[in-house]
Amino acid sequence: MENVQMVHLKINGIPAEVPAGSTILQAAKSVGVEIPTLCYLKDVNCIGACRICVVEATGARGLVAACVYPVAEGMEVQTNTPKVRASRKTTVELLLSNHKKKCLSCVRNNNCELQKLAIDYNVDEDRFPSDGDPEYELDTSSPYLIRDNNKCVKCMRCIAACKDVQSVSVIGKIDRGFKTRVDCAFDKNLMESPCVGCGQCIVACPVGALREKSNEDQVWNALADPDKKVVFFTAPAVRATLGEAFNMPMGTNVEGKMAAAIRRLGADGVFDMNVTADLTIMEEANELIERIKGGKTLPMFTSCCPGWIKFCEHYYPEFLDHISTCKSPQQMFGAVLKSYYCEKNGIDPKNLFVVSVIPCTAKKFEVTREEQRTGDFDDVDVALTTRELGRMIKSAGIDFVDLEDERFDQPFETATGAGVIFGATGGVMEAALRTAAATLDGTCKAVEFKEVRGTQGIKEATYKVGGVELNVAVASGLANARKIVEQVKSGEKNYHFVEIMACPGGCINGGGQPVTSDSVRNYVDFKTIRASALYSSDEANTLRKSHESPVMKLLYDEYFEAPGKEKAHHLLHTTYVKRGK
Amino acid sequence: MSEKTLNAFKGTAEQEAALKEVIAKHHDQPGGLMPVLQEAQGIYGYLPLEVQTMVADGLGISLSEVYGVATFYSQFSLTPKGKHQISVCLGTACYVKGSAKILEAVENQLGIKSGECTPDGLFSIDSCRCVGACGLAPVMTIGEEVYGRLVPDQVKKILDSYKEGGAEA
Amino acid sequence: MTINELNQIRDSKADLIKVRRIVAEEAAKLAEKTGYRKQVLVCGGTGCQSSGSKKVLEALEDELKAQGIENEILVVRTGCFGLCSLGPIMIVYPEGTFYAQATPEGVRRVVKEHLKEGNVCKDLLYKETVHEDGSIISLAETNFYKKQKRIALRNCGVIDPENIDEYIGTHGYEALYKALTSMSQDDVIKEVLDSGIRGRGGAGFPTGRKWMFAKASQGDIKYVACNADEGDPGAFMDRSILEGDPHAIIEAMAIAAYAIGAHQGFVYVRAEYPVAVHRLSVALEQARERGLLGKDIFGTGFDFDIEIRLGAGAFVCGEETALMTSIEGHRGEPRPRPPFPAVKGLFGKPTVLNNVETLANIAQIIRKGAAWYSSMGTEGSKGTKVFALGGKITNVGLVEVPMGTTLREVVEEIGGGIPNGKKFKAAQTGGPSGGCIPAKYIDTPIDYDNLVALGSMMGSGGLIIMDEDTCMVDISKFYLEFTVDESCGKCTPCRVGTKRLLQILEKITSGKGEMEDIDKLEELANHMKSSSLCALGQSAPNPVLSTLKSFRDEYEAHIKDKKCPAGVCKSLLSFEIEKEKCIGCGLCARNCPVSAISKTDYTAPGKKLPAMAIDQSKCIKCGVCMSNCKFGAVIKK
Ligand SMILES: Cc1cc2nc3c(=O)[nH]c(=O)nc-3n(C[C@H](O)[C@H](O)[C@H](O)COP(=O)(O)O)c2cc1C
Ligand code: SF4
Ligand code: SF4
Ligand code: SF4
Ligand code: SF4
Ligand code: SF4
Ligand code: SF4
Ligand code: SF4
Ligand code: SF4
Ligand code: FES
Ligand code: FES
Ligand code: FES
Repeated sequence: MENVQMVHLKINGIPAEVPAGSTILQAAKSVGVEIPTLCYLKDVNCIGACRICVVEATGARGLVAACVYPVAEGMEVQTNTPKVRASRKTTVELLLSNHKKKCLSCVRNNNCELQKLAIDYNVDEDRFPSDGDPEYELDTSSPYLIRDNNKCVKCMRCIAACKDVQSVSVIGKIDRGFKTRVDCAFDKNLMESPCVGCGQCIVACPVGALREKSNEDQVWNALADPDKKVVFFTAPAVRATLGEAFNMPMGTNVEGKMAAAIRRLGADGVFDMNVTADLTIMEEANELIERIKGGKTLPMFTSCCPGWIKFCEHYYPEFLDHISTCKSPQQMFGAVLKSYYCEKNGIDPKNLFVVSVIPCTAKKFEVTREEQRTGDFDDVDVALTTRELGRMIKSAGIDFVDLEDERFDQPFETATGAGVIFGATGGVMEAALRTAAATLDGTCKAVEFKEVRGTQGIKEATYKVGGVELNVAVASGLANARKIVEQVKSGEKNYHFVEIMACPGGCINGGGQPVTSDSVRNYVDFKTIRASALYSSDEANTLRKSHESPVMKLLYDEYFEAPGKEKAHHLLHTTYVKRGK
Repeated sequence: MSEKTLNAFKGTAEQEAALKEVIAKHHDQPGGLMPVLQEAQGIYGYLPLEVQTMVADGLGISLSEVYGVATFYSQFSLTPKGKHQISVCLGTACYVKGSAKILEAVENQLGIKSGECTPDGLFSIDSCRCVGACGLAPVMTIGEEVYGRLVPDQVKKILDSYKEGGAEA
Repeated sequence: MTINELNQIRDSKADLIKVRRIVAEEAAKLAEKTGYRKQVLVCGGTGCQSSGSKKVLEALEDELKAQGIENEILVVRTGCFGLCSLGPIMIVYPEGTFYAQATPEGVRRVVKEHLKEGNVCKDLLYKETVHEDGSIISLAETNFYKKQKRIALRNCGVIDPENIDEYIGTHGYEALYKALTSMSQDDVIKEVLDSGIRGRGGAGFPTGRKWMFAKASQGDIKYVACNADEGDPGAFMDRSILEGDPHAIIEAMAIAAYAIGAHQGFVYVRAEYPVAVHRLSVALEQARERGLLGKDIFGTGFDFDIEIRLGAGAFVCGEETALMTSIEGHRGEPRPRPPFPAVKGLFGKPTVLNNVETLANIAQIIRKGAAWYSSMGTEGSKGTKVFALGGKITNVGLVEVPMGTTLREVVEEIGGGIPNGKKFKAAQTGGPSGGCIPAKYIDTPIDYDNLVALGSMMGSGGLIIMDEDTCMVDISKFYLEFTVDESCGKCTPCRVGTKRLLQILEKITSGKGEMEDIDKLEELANHMKSSSLCALGQSAPNPVLSTLKSFRDEYEAHIKDKKCPAGVCKSLLSFEIEKEKCIGCGLCARNCPVSAISKTDYTAPGKKLPAMAIDQSKCIKCGVCMSNCKFGAVIKK
């Protein structure tokens, strides 16, 4: 960082020194002054459009947008003058004049950036006319998300997420002026478009215009149904974020409270999906070795992220045979529960109601996939996001923060550290490397593969194990995935194994995770903090390699024989579908 | 909600070949989308889903981006236009000389609003902002023909001249 | 091409063109040398084409052949003369006689009687050029032209824009040669800076400074762009320049490119200007053929070329950053500044963007020097300004006057006053971003700073004259309708603010306004001014604020008295038939588009048929009945 020119300025009279090229917003934060924002979302959207962040700055005519305005030597900035406050207030009034103000029934009530602004600036009137404003139909076509343009503030954060972060670009800005709105081309709905269901648009949205499609009622009904045995299993990344729904500090691992809370909801079993993460590794590592040894299609791409799977199906169908045939851990768990578990416990699979708790909206689509079924029923009945579980716990009146930790149920209680890091980008790769390295070279003791850790979008490494040189790459965020696939396509890169997670940073930043408002995301590296909960859990575990897990031994001994064998193949592997753009 | 395409798309093989050529011509030009859409509209008369999909695939950009651009600029049309396209100038010079009344007269005569097309497909009405003939304000154009110094009473007669199979395009 | 070749062409054309510029006697002498007895200039501008100049031209050429004099008479199709309302226009040199509203039949007569036999067809001349005593004055001596000072328009209506040699005949491309061979980049910039010229596209930013910044920006790739989007409705200066003198723009862009170190230029032009686009394409082609564009211009090693990009109907694309976003192939949404285009413009590279009219002055400044240019105009506004004079004015057209000319001179002398004996009420400048200047300021010298002080702005040069029949609330509503349509929708104050402003104005003009609405208008307007992202939103409230300032009483009349003083706002007026005057002819009823008129039982004394009456519940207030009634029986209340 040497040679960076520093600029000196004053924010509300406070001297600040920041690198040249910083924005007023950054400079203000550096001296503890926060400026409200709405359209700005760090790493996602920076267009200076909403005009909430306006401030007075010397040398500028009118007010300037702090999120995009660069600092200059000697500049003096005022962030809270009557003029500034009046402007922000009128802007909020204008936004509200064109907004379906239904806070009471809104998912984002109490967690809404617009609502907060309205409170902060004391906006409580309908001063401006709004008669004749268009009313938009809701898009409820997909099994994973609902778009309500009547609540949209046109910050365009979702579009930036979909287009720039994910390179999917199924939603876009349509028309202009007052008629501007966010929609799919030709006003089609999401299911008619090549949306991959990642939900990154939802977690980017400051308001209730985008939300997951809720399955809470189905779960409540099942819990109340005396004929149904209801079991839950929870994905690795959920324990790292569920606490946020209860205002616990970011990065708190709430595994034990989560198990306790679900049990209090009335579940007949609470399991740890880390177990099928281990199972995935058993199968996937085996497949990788077979592909390498058998000279089959390489590189092999991971298959545990359904956002990535759908992306590949839509945009790179020619790469489908590169994807590991392993089902995702969610689908594996469903299959195991409705086969092995039911057989063991003498339950008719039709009476077992399986709920997965996942950080992910794409998995709501995944559970509906025909080709994933092992019988004439869905293996997972409902996929519930972290947010939905949080709401259920709250509405059940469970005092989450003060719950005593409890453990998961047998026989799926014990999982390895390899399983838990699945929730962060690079985690699947590292877990697979732990097992693959041990398989290829029985003496290999390597546990940590730090090169593939961290939240940067693309990571590469080369490992030499058992005489084999393994070129690996890890990508998170679909724009990065696209880059990698293109490089593989053009022959520029030769990898053996590539991990891809649709969400930037992996599942800890999944589309079903608690929404972190811009006032946090703009300043805090929330992905790293969340991921740290998973890595500490891995480190604390005595078992860190999937193949060392007693549950794996049990499952293979009692049921699957060995990775890739007949039964495993039938229950734990799948096929993919070519889809159009 | 913007109008969905009513008429079924009837593109010919020649049109498609012409569009492909246009796309190839602009493929590597930075910012080629606008010229492509302009020429595509020249070929098809409007920009229905099928055409925009070809443009998106051809240029390697998403359909939603193409649609976003097509709906941003008022010159791009998603619906076919009438055989005779009427455009009444609502530029300032024309407006202060009463062009709003001309538009109203046209709408009343044809029983449709600006932006619409008569059911028989004969006329469509639009308004524009200055055709650069302000000296003749108020001004209306029908196809290539410019009518200047208009008063509302003239409108019926002018329109009638296009009706009885009179003025061909 | 070399400078010698350039000079040769110039010399071969110079006299021919001089004949069109100088007074009749001298011109007559000169004409003999040129090989053409007479020259006939026919306007090929959009205005005249709309009123039929193509047919006139055909008839002219046809008749010249029929009379066997086609080799003695040179026919030149020019760009706009500026008096479009009198089109099609035809001028005969050396005498400079001005035929207005020419028709094919008239032209055939002119060929025979004037061109062949030497007798001017007085009855076909523009009436102002024929004095009562029968003497004829030339076009240049008319009130319309006398007060003008043509620099940007100097070749418009004078040369054939599709013939590069004619442009060269006016010393064209000599400025480029001078810049490339005898001036450093900094010399060029200094000349432009010293001339004091400010951008003619609206903001009035000093052009020299803009170039200086762009030159100072690091980068191997830079661009020059010309803003020919001319979105201000009712303005057509830039169109006329492109149609009448496209090479002036090409030459200026090449000079700008040299000055800042660019090698590629773009002209962003409205697609509604097909004639301008065509002429510019022809000009580019000819300049390339002559080596005045392309590689190694004048053998100096300087490369430069220009590409045309068409707009597609979005006013906001006239805004500089939106224009660049549009050229890049996206929705034309403005970007926050800084970074300014001179640092990070088109495709992220340093870019100079100038308006057509600004550029039209550049070659002259380089050739004649900064001192010459800065001797014209006022302290803060040098040179001349072109206005598109329109609205309720006798001489609708294009005028170019030195900065500092008063509004009165423009309206009363050049513009010939308000027609139909009506009173001048206000002048609107700056289009949708500008404001209305009330009659009491008619003696204000027009320049950048004075207009701003009056709550308006220079804008690009639209100058719309309004008379007493214009409702000022309706006018601000008109402009707001425009900006609601044209707002890009990116930022909140403009996207929602324009709409809400308009809704309040609609409320007022429909008679439902309350006094507090005026406060709301002002509050919202000031909010948009201070907080919008780009100048569209920042200036969209100007029409409201300026009319509120000067015509507040009209707003109050709408609100308190529920009356529209100018009789424009429909909800506040009604049409009625005075039954004593009505003869029952039924003409009104037959023409009423909604059949709101029917017979009554009453027949006025002395009338044969029963009077008509209007069913107010059906009436849509189109006014057709009133304009149809020959007996003045329909009145507006
Ligand atoms: C909404 C809006 C519309 C504009 N339209 C035009 C235009 O049509 N033509 C133009 O030359 N400048 C227009 N401008 C001004 C340009 O942004 C820019 O200042 C100008 O082209 C720069 O050239 P100049 O320095 O030579 O004037 C517009 C600005 C705004 C904000
Ligand atoms: S989006 Fe926010 S402001 Fe709007 S209804 Fe929901 S909570 Fe209320
Ligand atoms: S879910 Fe993902 S792909 Fe679908 S619209 Fe949202 S961001 Fe785009
Ligand atoms: S849907 Fe949400 S994120 Fe998208 S533009 Fe609207 S408010 Fe912003
Ligand atoms: S790592 Fe993420 S995608 Fe993979 S199983 Fe776990 S939660 Fe699902
Ligand atoms: S990264 Fe995780 S949360 Fe995101 S789509 Fe993939 S599986 Fe779902
Ligand atoms: S001020 Fe208006 S035109 Fe300019 S960016 Fe904002 S919405 Fe767009
Ligand atoms: S004003 Fe128009 S609608 Fe009303 S009566 Fe007269 S013609 Fe009919
Ligand atoms: S046109 Fe005039 S005179 Fe004739 S019926 Fe109508 S109002 Fe009476
Ligand atoms: S303009 Fe800065 S946050 Fe929206
Ligand atoms: S305003 Fe109508 S032609 Fe210019
Ligand atoms: S177009 Fe002919 S005089 Fe203007």
